[in-house]
Amino acid sequence: MRYSRGSRYNARMNLHEYQAKRLFRDYAIPVPPGMVAANVTEAIAAAHELAGPVWVVKAQVHAGGRGKAGGVRLCRSVEEVGQAAEAMLGQRLVTKQTDAYGLPVNQVYVESGSAIERELYLSLLLNRDLGRIAFVASAAGGMDIEEVAAREPEKILRVDIDPAAGLQSYQCRRLAFGVGLAGDLVAQFEGIARALYNLYLERDLGLVEINPLIVTKDGRLVALDAKINVEANALFRQPSLMQLRDPSQEDPMERAASEHDLNYVSLDGNIACMVNGAGLAMATMDLIKLHGGAPANFLDVGGTATAERVTAAFRLILSNKRVRAVLVNIFGGIVRCDVIADGIVQAVQQVGVGVPVIVRLEGTNADRARKILSASKLAITPAKDLTDAATKAVRCAARAVRR
Amino acid sequence: MSILVNRKSRVICQGFTGKQGTFHSEQAIAYGTMLVGGVTPGRGGERHLDRPVFNTVQDAVAGTGADVSMIYVPAPYAADAILEAADAGIRLIVCITEGIPVNDMIKVKAALAGRRCRLVGPNCPGVITPGECKVGIMPGFIHKPGRVGIVSRSGTLTYEAVFQTTNLGLGQSSCVGIGGDPVRGMNFVDVIALFEKDDRTEGIVMVGEIGGSDEEAAAEYISRHVSKPVVAYIAGVTAPPGKRMGHAGAVIAGGKGLAADKYAALETAGVRTVHSPAELGSAMKSALAGRRRRAKKR
Repeated sequence: MRYSRGSRYNARMNLHEYQAKRLFRDYAIPVPPGMVAANVTEAIAAAHELAGPVWVVKAQVHAGGRGKAGGVRLCRSVEEVGQAAEAMLGQRLVTKQTDAYGLPVNQVYVESGSAIERELYLSLLLNRDLGRIAFVASAAGGMDIEEVAAREPEKILRVDIDPAAGLQSYQCRRLAFGVGLAGDLVAQFEGIARALYNLYLERDLGLVEINPLIVTKDGRLVALDAKINVEANALFRQPSLMQLRDPSQEDPMERAASEHDLNYVSLDGNIACMVNGAGLAMATMDLIKLHGGAPANFLDVGGTATAERVTAAFRLILSNKRVRAVLVNIFGGIVRCDVIADGIVQAVQQVGVGVPVIVRLEGTNADRARKILSASKLAITPAKDLTDAATKAVRCAARAVRR
Repeated sequence: MSILVNRKSRVICQGFTGKQGTFHSEQAIAYGTMLVGGVTPGRGGERHLDRPVFNTVQDAVAGTGADVSMIYVPAPYAADAILEAADAGIRLIVCITEGIPVNDMIKVKAALAGRRCRLVGPNCPGVITPGECKVGIMPGFIHKPGRVGIVSRSGTLTYEAVFQTTNLGLGQSSCVGIGGDPVRGMNFVDVIALFEKDDRTEGIVMVGEIGGSDEEAAAEYISRHVSKPVVAYIAGVTAPPGKRMGHAGAVIAGGKGLAADKYAALETAGVRTVHSPAELGSAMKSALAGRRRRAKKR
């Protein structure tokens, strides 16, 4: 059952590094001095204001892997800062975490350079197996933590936090000693861990990741990077975080879908799907693949689909120019199939669908729905079951030329 | 027999007088569920759907002897509603609500640990024992009393499994939607353990999806403790990593939660897996037929 208040943002909501570091400062988590800039003039002014002699200019996009993609530059003069900002701003950055089209760089973050002694990894996230929040730490900082976990799992440390007792000092010590810290750095580590835990709970986050957390040459722990995901279901009680949303970093189709309260995820195939229920929507994608086709999207119209929502969904999936066939798969439970059929007819008439539409309707009033579709005289191909629907859609997509 | 609910279950609805609570309470009553009342704070003493309304779950339990509660309270207040039901001595709490903050569910799960009550959900279709008791939003008419137990993380995919087993004449003992959230009450293992002990259940259909490792835990449990045939389907083979597929819990994160890993674990455990949801019913039918043949030979 969907209540729109909680679930407008199907996608997890990411923050930019500069926004995350602002939150870190609010919680006294040490970060290097830095300023955000939306143009070259601002970037140069920031460099003048921040201590040199080395600066780092970082593209602000909602994706990791920026360093290897040219989105992080070390600069040894104010002029170089200006050049780096000029090279990044207004461009799209493609990293291994983005698609081939990349994400737009509308801001850069200019930061004072740090003298790095060691790089650690620290994150706070949900351990689903236990239903508890867990700290994950590693001495192998600055690297792709998934690769470390796969290759050298013994280098990853984890502590799970009892929600009633909260984070304990011994847990912080276990992590600190475990990643090789000693002396005053152990106490610094506990201070940072406690602040992160408070930040996570008070701001309803879903992930905080610091990679790397550095030990500076003068013996301080500093968060050199900051990644935060906000728990979308809790945005209703985090109005200030809601304002940090950056729609320019979202997939335009997914953004449009969220405005109609539709759950949509873009994929790269050519058979569009419209399904009720998230599980059945995934299963429909899988069926298309199983029968030799490729799904263009995941789309859950929800348990309470109306004719209006069906029309909105049709407009959305057809705005993807790659689409060569549409597969509608509805299991009518509480939703009546005849209502959906009316919606499909209305949508096809209004939107003007130029590709084959294959429809499988089952459940409440399915017979009446089939009559509505056949009486409409529209080019709608009925399917008798799941397998029939998938094979027909794959065959149509292979043949179809978009009119 | 059946699991969790039967014709003797005395059910109340939290969020009784709201739009969803009203609609699904009407449906439950029409199905024959013994719905004995409901809770809406501030409306105590009124009657709704010809049943008493109470201010608190405690009052409702005292006034009706209810042992099951279904919750349709909006997400911001749902965690509170679950804990209220638990404190009032409700034996089975079924939370339908979608969109409860994960951090709220972490607290709920910790607070319920060690208690005797069970929680199904949240973000689930509910529990049904066909012909006896419907607690949730599933369409009652597709079910038929029978011999297959169904447990699923997804709503409409559960209905597919139900529809197929009904059409093939197998019917269902009970069906449990455990929900699509990452932190939830009963899990596959808990439900499968009940089905294994239930006399009426001859085979178990399990519908999983990407995200987390609960299917892997179920595979481990099945290989050690389950004698009945299990048929499993996992949704999301084509789902890209890092994207939530509708359900908050359906996301491949950090290289974990892949459908392929879940299939591999289940197959190792001797579970009959299907790669098309259209084959859930037929696979169960042939598994049960094979079992009967083997039983006759002995």
